[in-house]
This record gives sequence, structure tokens and C-alpha cells, in this order.
Amino acid sequence: MSEKLVESDAPVKGSAVPMVKAEGVHKSFGPVEVLKGIDLEVRTGEVFCLIGPSGSGKSTFLRCINHLEKINAGRLYVDGELVGYRQKGDKLYELKDSEVALKRRDIGMVFQRFNLFPHMTAVENVMEAPVQVKGASKAQARERAMQLLERVGLGDKAGNYPSQLSGGQQQRVAIARALAMDPKLMLFDEPTSALDPELVGDVLDVMRDLAESGMTMVVVTHEMGFAREVGDSLVFMDGGVVVESGDPRQVLTDPQHERTKSFLSKVL
Amino acid sequence: MTVDIDKTTGPADTPPAGPEAIKAIPVRHYGRYVSAVVALALLGGIVYAFSQGKINWGTIPDYFFDDRILSGVGKTLLLTVLAMAIGIVGGILLAVMRLSKNPVTSSIAWFYIWFFRGTPVLVQLIVWFNLGLVFEYINLGPFYKDEWSDFMTPFLTALLGLGLNEAAYMAEICRAGLLSVDEGQTEASHALGMSHAKTLRRIVVPQAMRVIVPPTGNEVINMLKTTSLVSVVQYPELLRAAQDIGQTSGAPAEMLFLAAAWYLLLTSVFSIGQYYLERYYAKGSTRQLPPTPWQKVKANMLSLGRPKGGMA
Repeated sequence: MSEKLVESDAPVKGSAVPMVKAEGVHKSFGPVEVLKGIDLEVRTGEVFCLIGPSGSGKSTFLRCINHLEKINAGRLYVDGELVGYRQKGDKLYELKDSEVALKRRDIGMVFQRFNLFPHMTAVENVMEAPVQVKGASKAQARERAMQLLERVGLGDKAGNYPSQLSGGQQQRVAIARALAMDPKLMLFDEPTSALDPELVGDVLDVMRDLAESGMTMVVVTHEMGFAREVGDSLVFMDGGVVVESGDPRQVLTDPQHERTKSFLSKVL
Repeated sequence: MTVDIDKTTGPADTPPAGPEAIKAIPVRHYGRYVSAVVALALLGGIVYAFSQGKINWGTIPDYFFDDRILSGVGKTLLLTVLAMAIGIVGGILLAVMRLSKNPVTSSIAWFYIWFFRGTPVLVQLIVWFNLGLVFEYINLGPFYKDEWSDFMTPFLTALLGLGLNEAAYMAEICRAGLLSVDEGQTEASHALGMSHAKTLRRIVVPQAMRVIVPPTGNEVINMLKTTSLVSVVQYPELLRAAQDIGQTSGAPAEMLFLAAAWYLLLTSVFSIGQYYLERYYAKGSTRQLPPTPWQKVKANMLSLGRPKGGMA
């Protein structure tokens, strides 16, 4: 897998407009406030890791980025554009479903539970969005899907249904499926948490390759090794707020905050 | 299919290696013999009672393939198929409306289901039949204009009455099917930029079919029997045809038995069809081995003389 996963336009790390920018993002589910004011910036081309205990709001925040969840307060920008709303003067207008869908094309997402379409083969899973959303021809989409499956090491499994694949293979198909839309940003929601320990490595290898190709990635993970090795920035979240952030190697080895220390002492 | 043959013959013919196979005397189920004898005796008694009754059984074969009966069978089948078609299409629409975020459409669907499920089909049929009291004319602008009584033929009354009622039931079956699909599927599809409509059509509905098909087969069989109700709106389906013959030939009870035999025959054919339809959809699901057909099991048992490893 020496070949690059994506022929990127080689975005410059830390270019002027951040890929994701959050300003005081709040999110409540009924009476429960899950996000209590998140401020952060993800620069273009960087691998941004989100860690923290379960219930800390890291997955919720990730889902806000592609508007699977609506935020209640604050501002969230992707590539300089407001997520889910349009601003005219000082008024906010909700975007139509079709406009939200249009923006989601550019944001790939990989789920903890893979969420492959079980009634389609691996290659059909990867082809689906390019054909249905972008109107690509089937032949074109199939060719591209085969390339992507080849690159995640599953060229020989193209005709298999998800139920005939292992968890790690399913997750790699899911990554290929997200890449088929040529996203400018990839979101990973605990991509290895549902996998047997043995299979985690294959998925992380694919993600590492993707990072090297210059893809901007926001990764919610419990894989501290991956965060330290591949991550450019790291944020530790707890109780709906950012507790500590900085260079992964620094935060993981020399945490400043008490809460970070106790969390890391349990997971490392 | 060759895979199946390999699997059934392979392991069974080779005795377990290693320690001596167990040869034990199986538990005797004397209760089964006794209950079988009792059941057969009861059945014999009932058959005898009916054969001695004042029923002229000879007339049934005389009329079994009578033209009027066959035309009634044809109309019953036509009504079943068309009413189910209305029911399925309407049901899918109503289920999608019911699950929609739009409060207007979901309320309309709720109201429809509330009304059509909450009143008896027979009453609905009679209401459709008497709708001429409310509407004197039907006027669809330049397309169609007629007196209501000419427009609302017995066939249309029967079709609308059964079909619209069925749609309410199918709506609940379809809704159950749509809800059975994991929410992660919708999320994954939305995350890829697919619209609600495409998500529904390409991702959710195909997976919901597995849940929808078996109860729908059930509904078809139910519908076949329920068509007998439309005899009240003067539509000459099977029961009506049998009753008409019964009145003119002086054998009313015999014709009812004849109709019952036909219904049983038709539902049996549909049941077999349903079995194969379910098997077809099971193939697409996660199950690796489709269930072998009943005939195959039967044939296997017969050809081997003794059922091996009988689980009874």
C-alpha cells in the first residue's frame, strides 16, 4: 500500500481558512446538555484527534460537523461556510434538506458500526453514492470503486456482501465508500472500537496512508498510539467541554490538566 | 443446488469415527398413537355425520366447473389482485407519510389509518355502495362526467371498498418494515449526500422488504377470503355465484360447500406461492443457506426409507 490513497491537490497544512472552525458550540438532547461550548480549529490537511471518556460529547461534536445533529448555540464552519444555516445580515436561515445534502458530499464519514448497506456487495456499496448523487456512469463508478477497494487491500472482495466480510474488512470498505465521493474532509467516529484487536491494525494502516496523502481528518478514537504517531493536533474532551488541547505527543506524555492525567493513566 | 446435495449426503453417510456409535432404544411415545387414534375416530365421526345429513353431495361435482362458478372464481381472483395492488401501493405511501417529518402528511396518514382500520370492512362496503345518496354526479371537468350510480359500478364499489381498507393495514405492515431498518443505514446514506427520497428508495425499502413480505402474503390470503363480503354489493364473485345457483337449483347448502372447497383450493395455491416468495427474499438476506423446500425434505425422507437422525 505504498501508493497514495487519494490524488490530492496537496493542500498546504495550516492554510488561511481552517477546514473546521467551532465557536462556542452548544448541543442539547432535551434537558441534557452534551456540548457546553466547544471552541476549536481544524487546519486544512491535518489529522485532528478527539479523545475522551464515553459521554464526553466527542462523537456528538463529530456528528455536528456534517449536520447529522443540529447545534443549539454557537457557530460551526466547514471550509469557511456555516454548517446547516445561511447567514444574511444578522439573520440565520435554515438550509433546505437538498442544500445540506449538497454540503455533505464533500464530507466523508466513517462510523463505529460500519453501516455498510447489507443488500449490496462491497463494490456496489462504494459505487452507490457516486452513481446516485453525482450522476456518474455505472462503468466509471465501478472502475473507480475497484481502484479504491484495491487501495484498501480488498480488490479480491469486491463481489462479497458485507455479511461475508470481517469487521476490519467491512470498515475498510466503508472508508473506500466515503472516499468515492472525493471528500475534502473525512470524519472518523471511533472507527476501530467495534473491531477485534487483531483487525484494528489493517484499518489504522489505511487511515495512516490517507493521512500521508494529505487528507484533512477528524478522528474520534481510543487508539492513543495512532493519535501519537499520526495526529497533528489532539483535543481531550470531558463533560461537553475541551479540557486540554495541543500537540498529541506533548498532551499524551505530559498532560497538564488533572482530569487528562487520570483519564490517560487508565487508558495508556 | 449442488451444494445442498453435497451437504445432505456428505456427513450423514459417514459414521462418526472413534468410539463405538451409541445404539440405544428410543423413548416410546405411546401417547402419540393413542391421540392419533382418537383424532381419527373423531374425524371419522364428523365425516359420517355429514354424509348422513340432508345434503345432496352429488350436486357439488355437477356444478364444480359450472361456467357461473368459474366466472365467479375469476372475478374473485381479479378482485383479490387489484385490491391488493391498491392496498400495497397505498400502504407504502401511507407508511412513508406517517413516518414523514412533515406534520401535515403524517396527520393525514394517521387519520386515514384511524378511520379505515376503525370501521368494519362490511360497513365500509355498504357505505361505498350508498354513496350515491351524497354525490349525485361525478364531474372531473373535461375528462369525465356521469351520474354517480352509473360511475360506481358494483365492481368499483367492491374494489375501492376492499383496496382502501387494505391500504390502512398494509400501511402498518410497511411502517413496521421501514422501522426495522437500522437508523445507521439512513445516517450513512445521508452522510454520503443522498437525499431523503433516494435514501428511502435505494437503501431503506429494499431492506424493509424482508420484514414486509411475509405478513403481506398473509394479507393476500386474507383478502381472497374477504372478497366474499362483496356479495352484499351485488358483485357476482364466487360466493355470490354459488348462492345464485343455490337459489335456482334448489341446493343452497350444497353450493356453500362448493364455494368453501373453492376457497380452500385457492388459499392453498396462494400459500404455496407465499412460501416460495419468502424463500426468494430470504436468499437476499444475511442467511447463508436458503431453507430447503418442503418437498425436498419429504423426498429425501422417502428415498432414504428411514429418516436418519429423526428429531421427532
